[in-house]
Amino acid sequence: MRQSRAIDVSTGLFVLLGFAAILFLVTQITNREFSLGGDDSYRIQAQFENVGGLKPGAPVSMAGVTIGRVESIGYDMQLFKAVVTLRIDSRYNDIPNDSDASIFTAGLLGGQYIGISPGGSEDAFRDGDRVEFVQDAIVLENLISKYLFSQASKQEAEPAPQDTTE
Amino acid sequence: MSGLLREMIESLREFLERLGSMTRFFGQVLWLSPATFMRFRLVVEQVYNTGALSLVIIMTCGLFVGMVLGLQGHDLLQRFGSEDALGTGAALSPLKELGPVVTALLFAGRAGTALASELGLMRATDQISAMEVMAVDPMRRVVVPRFLGGVIAMPLLTAIFIAVALYGVQLVGVQFLGVDQGQFWSQMRGAVELDDIREGLIKGVVFGIACSLIAVFEGYNAQPTAEGVGRATTRTVVISAVVTLVLDYILTAIML
Repeated sequence: MRQSRAIDVSTGLFVLLGFAAILFLVTQITNREFSLGGDDSYRIQAQFENVGGLKPGAPVSMAGVTIGRVESIGYDMQLFKAVVTLRIDSRYNDIPNDSDASIFTAGLLGGQYIGISPGGSEDAFRDGDRVEFVQDAIVLENLISKYLFSQASKQEAEPAPQDTTE
Repeated sequence: MSGLLREMIESLREFLERLGSMTRFFGQVLWLSPATFMRFRLVVEQVYNTGALSLVIIMTCGLFVGMVLGLQGHDLLQRFGSEDALGTGAALSPLKELGPVVTALLFAGRAGTALASELGLMRATDQISAMEVMAVDPMRRVVVPRFLGGVIAMPLLTAIFIAVALYGVQLVGVQFLGVDQGQFWSQMRGAVELDDIREGLIKGVVFGIACSLIAVFEGYNAQPTAEGVGRATTRTVVISAVVTLVLDYILTAIML
C-alpha cells in the first residue's frame, strides 16, 4: 500500500507538472491578452479599398501602443470593399469618432497593422461604429508601376517640347 | 547473384510481414484500450513508469537544448544586430520541432527500451505463457496498460520539455548575454500563435502512440532468449527513431 501511494504521489506530481507546462505555453507564450478574462472589449468597423497583407490578429495601435486587434476581415459585395472588424480593448473607450484608420507596415519585412490617429470630435467610438476616414494599405507593386508609367509618359512627352522650342 | 536477389526478396517479405503483424497488433491494442481504461490503476502505474521516471532526463536535456539554442541564436542574430529577435526563433524551434522530436527520441531511449526489455523478459521467462494458462489475457493485463501509459505520458513530457527549453533560452539569452527581457518576451508572444502550440502537442501525441506501440510490439514479440530480448530493445530504439523523424516530416507538411 505504501509503495503504491508513493507511485500515486509522483505520478500526480508528473501530471500536474505536465499540465502546468501546457498552461504556461498557452497563456504566457502566445498573444492572448485580449481574449483572456472575458470579452472586455468593443468592436468597430472600417472599410478599405485594399487591405494588402493585413491578417486577423494583427495589432491595432494608437501612437505605437497596441490597443486592440483585427478580429476579422470580410468582403462586402455591395460596396466592393474589404470590411475589417477591429476589437478594441475597453480601457481605450474614449477614441474620438472622427479618428482615421490607416494600414501600415511594421519595419521593412514586418507584418501589417492598423494605426489609428485621433481626430478632434467630442464623441467617442461606440460598439458597432464605422470608421469614416481610412487610408488603404500601400501595395509596393502599385507604387512601382505608377513610377514606371510616369517615367514612360515623361519620355514620350519630352521630344515634343524640344521640337517646339527649336 | 540469384542468391542475393532471393535474400532481398526474403527480407522484403519479412519486413512486410512485420509491418502487417504490427498493424494487426495496433488494431488489437486500440480495441482493448477502452476496457483497460476502466482499470485505471494499471494505467497510472505505467504513467509513473514511462512518465514520472523520465522526468529528470527530459528536464535536463530540455534545459541544455534551450541553452544551446540561446547561445547559437544569439551568436547568429548578433551578426545582423537583431539580438532582440531571439525570442521569435528560439521559441518557435523548440515548440514546433525540437520539443516533440527530441522528447520522442529520449522517450524511446528511456521508456521504450524499459518497456521492450520488460516485456521481452516476461516472454523469455514464460511469465506471459503463465498468464495465459491462468486465463489472464496478457494483452489486457500487461501490454495495453503500458501502451496507454506511454500515450498519456508523452504529450505531457513534450510540454515539460518545451517549457524547460524556453527557460533555458531565456537563461542564456537574457541572464547571461543581456538580451532585453521585455523585447525577448514580447517578440516571442508576437510570433507564437495558439496553432503552433497545438502543432507541438499533436506531434507529441502521435509520437507517443508510435513509440509506445513499437516498444510494446517489439517486446511482446521478442524471441524468448537473452539475445532476443537484447535485439528487441535495440530494434525499439532504432525503429522508434526512424519512424519519429519520418512522421515528423509528414506531420509538418500536413500542418504547415
